[in-house]
Amino acid sequence: MATVELSFTPLPAHVRTARLVATAVARHSGVDESLLDEVRLAVGEACSRAVEGHQLHCPAEPVRLALTDLADRFEVEVTDTCVQAPAEVASQVAGGKAPVRLAAQPAGAGRGTADGDGLPHSLGIAVIAGLADDVVITETEVGTVIRMSWPSAGSAS
Amino acid sequence: MDLKLDHHTKDGIEIVDVEGEIDVYTAPRLRELLIELVNSRFYQLVVNMEKVEFLDSTGLGVLVGGLKRVRAHDGSLDLVCTQERILKIFRITGLTKVFGIHDTVDEAIAARKSEK
Repeated sequence: MATVELSFTPLPAHVRTARLVATAVARHSGVDESLLDEVRLAVGEACSRAVEGHQLHCPAEPVRLALTDLADRFEVEVTDTCVQAPAEVASQVAGGKAPVRLAAQPAGAGRGTADGDGLPHSLGIAVIAGLADDVVITETEVGTVIRMSWPSAGSAS
Repeated sequence: MDLKLDHHTKDGIEIVDVEGEIDVYTAPRLRELLIELVNSRFYQLVVNMEKVEFLDSTGLGVLVGGLKRVRAHDGSLDLVCTQERILKIFRITGLTKVFGIHDTVDEAIAARKSEK
């Protein structure tokens, strides 16, 4: 069971709340101060991506965030319920320096590929891959789970 | 912290001062300001990010969009930023090669003037 679980209406305003909660739990879990900015940014990217997808495809469904304090790792899991095309996800994970792994077969229809300014949505995934040292993206029948983790010293209490 | 935006003209270049967090929630306001400036014929822009506390890929998209808009008028969009945590996202995405990134507003203006 996750240490802290959060589900929120897919609105951009709530992404900041998710970032704040994730950073606070990471700090409490013993993640080094020098890594907290990375946690904050990676969680923000994952939640932003999920919110944008939900707003397009399933605005009534909440985005889920699970934060888990493991023995020596702090793990974050962001779950959306927006299915994407296989090629789209594969292209999103390409280019990151972190060991991104696709853990299951993707299915379903894809999202848009670019925002109003012409940058691909895949940029968010590239940023996540560049920040977290372990990222696993799992495509399920109903959406995507982004799991990422950072080293931690264990909970303070 | 929310996003605060201001702008003023210095040496013929429009300086956009940004303070706070640029993310999926606040980035549309920065996008609107950049569009407004371009529509008002300000094509030489410097975005001062020294007081930006957070920037994500949505914010990067807005900056790239602004750059595309001014370049369509042979203009420029330079950045002022010395914060490592903000610079890191530009490096991860390779955008350090796209933007001129300077330590101060004066340096950005001088660099732009020297290219004319």
